This record gives sequence, structure tokens and C-alpha cells, in this order.
Amino acid sequence: MKNILEINNVTKFYKNSVKALENVNLNIKEGEIFALLGPNGAGKSTLINSICGIVNFNTGTIKINNMDIVKNYRTTRKITGIVPQELNLESFETVWNNVNYSRGLFGKKPDHNYIEKLLKQLSLWDKKDNKIKELSGGMKRRVLIAKALSHQPKLLFLDEPTASVDVELRKDMWDVVKKLNKDGVTIILTTHYIEEAEELSDRVAVINDGKIILVDEKDKLIKKLGEKTIKIELFESVKKINGNLSKYNFTLDQTNKIISHTYNLNSNTTDITELLNDLKKDGYKIKDINTEQSSLEEIFIKLIQENNNELVRN
Amino acid sequence: MNWYGIKAIYIHEMERFRRTLFQSLASPIITTSLYFVVFGSAIGSRITEIDGINYGSYIVPGMIMLTILTQSISNASFAFYFPRFTNTIYEILAAPLSSFEIVLGFVGAAASKSLIIGCVIILTANFFVDVRIDHPLLMMFFLILTSITFALFGFIIGMYAEGFEGLQIIPILIITPLVFLGGSFYSINMLPEFWQKISLLNPVLYLISGFRYSFYEVSDVSLLTSTLTILTILIGCIIFITYTFSKGYRIKD
Repeated sequence: MKNILEINNVTKFYKNSVKALENVNLNIKEGEIFALLGPNGAGKSTLINSICGIVNFNTGTIKINNMDIVKNYRTTRKITGIVPQELNLESFETVWNNVNYSRGLFGKKPDHNYIEKLLKQLSLWDKKDNKIKELSGGMKRRVLIAKALSHQPKLLFLDEPTASVDVELRKDMWDVVKKLNKDGVTIILTTHYIEEAEELSDRVAVINDGKIILVDEKDKLIKKLGEKTIKIELFESVKKINGNLSKYNFTLDQTNKIISHTYNLNSNTTDITELLNDLKKDGYKIKDINTEQSSLEEIFIKLIQENNNELVRN
Repeated sequence: MNWYGIKAIYIHEMERFRRTLFQSLASPIITTSLYFVVFGSAIGSRITEIDGINYGSYIVPGMIMLTILTQSISNASFAFYFPRFTNTIYEILAAPLSSFEIVLGFVGAAASKSLIIGCVIILTANFFVDVRIDHPLLMMFFLILTSITFALFGFIIGMYAEGFEGLQIIPILIITPLVFLGGSFYSINMLPEFWQKISLLNPVLYLISGFRYSFYEVSDVSLLTSTLTILTILIGCIIFITYTFSKGYRIKD
């Protein structure tokens, strides 16, 4: 699949010399949902704003559909849409005017049929004549999405799309995002809800302190970095860890009946077979076995902690 | 050119004017009427004529210029500062619009509003005094050029202002005094020689003088000087805006 977005060595300093982005390199494939994860202040929004032309970056190049976004800003911006993190809307304007205004800004001829279809798709049609100030937070978020889609972009940036919305609306938003992607829109979303990235994305990048520290397919990332824990429940409690069992680094629960043993999926060998054999040799009978895999959230926390420790060391 | 984009900004701004039409028109009409009552009646009873023109009629071009200048500046500065304040500017910056097109949309709308108000004031003035326009085309030329120039100036204020208070400082502290001291309500020939020379340093004097010429064929300075002055301010504003946009200063920081 071809790259719709190519970011090469992008660096951005703010006026107070704060380095917001440092040598960022990233390629986004056409048709994917890409999640950009990072803690607050990591540079997620700055990166998106740089791509969309909202802030200037200092060095490097950004290409959309193989066209430089600075030299060919008219062509590249026409196919790009952005949903900002904050609910930035003109409170005294109606939903209808707001969305049509956005379409006009992006150089598109008025198309009331398309806007009607879009508002219906986002469950906003019955609110079209309402002023923005009369809408709930969730509705405002939908208006922002409608505005971003008003000019039919091919590449959509969602900056924290479900920040401060309730669980039900979050699920609704996820459905909207999935539907858009199914219709052919490439989506890049920033989030610090790992659950969101896990639910929606094909690939994930982790950004910290302005640097991309990891890019991978979500499933591979979970598999590669993910630790698994096997929990073995015994009929009788473990009295003493000695002999065969002393070589394993497992933990016991309060009843001394459940053994938790962590191993990495990526390693060539695991010692699960040996552990089970040794338990059998020592006369323990197994009641139940189950495994738990680390979530993207745990991986994310681990990565950020490692990166922060490295930054402190340097 | 992104004509749809320019049109979107223009219509969006004019829509705001329509929503607040009463406030937008009531304020200049009331102010003009008050000027006629205070200056026209009170002072006019003592100064009957200037350069052979009835005093009430003489001050009409100055009053229009005062309103055009302040309205152009406040309309454009507010129009551009407001999306900065509400952060809705993100979509203007993300749109396929050049800086020229953005300025054209905002300044075009601000200048149009001022022109409408200017025309309303001419009509209002007719209720109080006889208004004669000897050179209507020249009058329109000055009116349009001044509206555009000071809308550009207002746009600069909108780009640099850090708060709503900032939008008011230059109009209140600089523009209004310059208009009052620029011969809006008198001819500089009525001043002592020293103050006449000082008045010539005031660029607004040249605008009012040229504008008054288009009404009554009387002026304090030559028509050419007036035209060159307004064109110089216009070019200065364009250069300043172009430079600011090219650097992204205060907009794309």
C-alpha cells in the first residue's frame, strides 16, 4: 500500500526555544487508521498542526500524496481535514452555516445535498438550525467532525477525538471513525486513551518528548513487547519453594495456591513445559490454567518510563 | 485563487454584521447626530462659514472620515482577533488559502461594512444640513481607498493584539486624536502658523482634506498629496501584513 503521508526529519522549536519535535520520521499508509500515542506535552498536537499548516515547522519535509505540503499547500490541504482537540466553534452560528463555511474555506463549491447527508450520518440533521451554544459537548464534537469532513478529505486527523466525552458517546465516535475508514478515509488519531488505540488502530506510534520512540502494527506490538502471564491454580497450597521449583521466578497469591509466572512471547523459549513437569514431579495436582496478556496501556507505560529514564541518564 | 474560500470568509463576516445590524448602524447614526447637535448647532452658531461653506456642511466629510477610520479599524481588528481568541482560526490556517486570500476576505468584509456605514452617515447628514458632492467618483475613490487602507491597519491590530483591550488602544489613543486634530471640524488655516505646521505632520489631515475636496472643492493640502498619502499608508500596511504572514509571527508560532 502506498504512503499517503511522509514525514522526514521534522523539527519544531517554539519561540521560547522549547523543542517540540525532534527529527520526526513517520510514514502513513493510505487507508489505515494510525494512532499516535503519547503523554501530555509529548508533541502529538504539534506534529498534527505542523502537517495541517496550523504551525510552521523549522526543518525537515512533510509530503502528502508525494507532494510537499509547503510548496503544494493548495493541493495537499484540499485532501486534509482536522478535528481539533478543543471544542473550537463559533457559538453564535448555526450548525448548518458552520459546516458550509468550512466547505467554502477549503475551496469547494457549495453542495447542500452532501452536507445534508453528512449531518444525517452524524445524527446532526435535526440540530442543523440550532446555534452551536445550544448544543451539548458531544454534539459539538460531532459538528467538528462534520466541519472536517465537509470538503471530503482523504486524510483525516483526529486530535484526541474522544477527550472528555462519556463512554457511550466514545463508542459512537469509534463507530463513526470505523465507518469513515471503511469509506476510504485514512485516519490519524492522537489519543492518550490506549483503549481507543487498541480498539481502532492498525498501527501505532509512541511519541515522547518530541521524538517518535516506536512505530509498529498494533497487534505485532502487543505480541512483540507484550509479556504474558500464566496462572496455574493448584489443588493444594505450595508449602515451600525448594528443589525443582526454586529455579523459577514465579509469585504466589495469598492462599499459596495460584502460581503466577511471567514470560515474554518474543523469546525463543519459554520454561512453561519445565515448570509444569516440575510441579508434577513435586506431586502437585493442577486444578486450572489460564493466561493473561499485557495490554497496550501497560506496554505504553513501560515504553514511556524507559524513555524517560534514558532521557534522565543522558 | 481560492474564490470559494474568500467568499466563505466574506459572507461569514457580513453575516455577523447582519446579526448585529441594529448595533452596527445605531451607534454611528446616533454619534453623527450628536456631532451635528453639538458642533453644528452650538459651534456653528459662532462659525457660520469656512472657505465659503456653511459650517454644518463643512464638517460632514470630516465626520464621515472619523467614522470610516474607526469602523474600518474596529471591524477588521475584531474580525481577525475573534477567531484567534476562540481558536477557530485553526481551520482558516489549515485551509488551502494564501495569506493574500485570507486578508482579502477579512479586509473586504470590514471595508464593505464601513462603506455601508459611511453611506448611512451621508444620508443621516442630509437630515441636518445640505450636503453637496461636487465629485462623486472622487468621493467614492477616497471612501473605498480609506476603508480598505484602515481595514488593513485594523487587520494588523487584530494579528498583534493580545486581548480585547489591545484592540482598543490604538484607535482610542492614536486614531481618534489624529482625526480630531486633522481638520475634521475646522480648517487648519484657522490655526496659528506653528500649529498649522504641526498639523501637516498628521497623515489623517491629508485624507480629510482630499475627501472634503471631493465634496466642496476646498482643501487644506493638494489633492495629489492627499492621494499619495493614502496610497503610502495602504502600501505600508500591505508590506507589513505580508512580512508578518511570511514569518508566521503571532499566527503560526
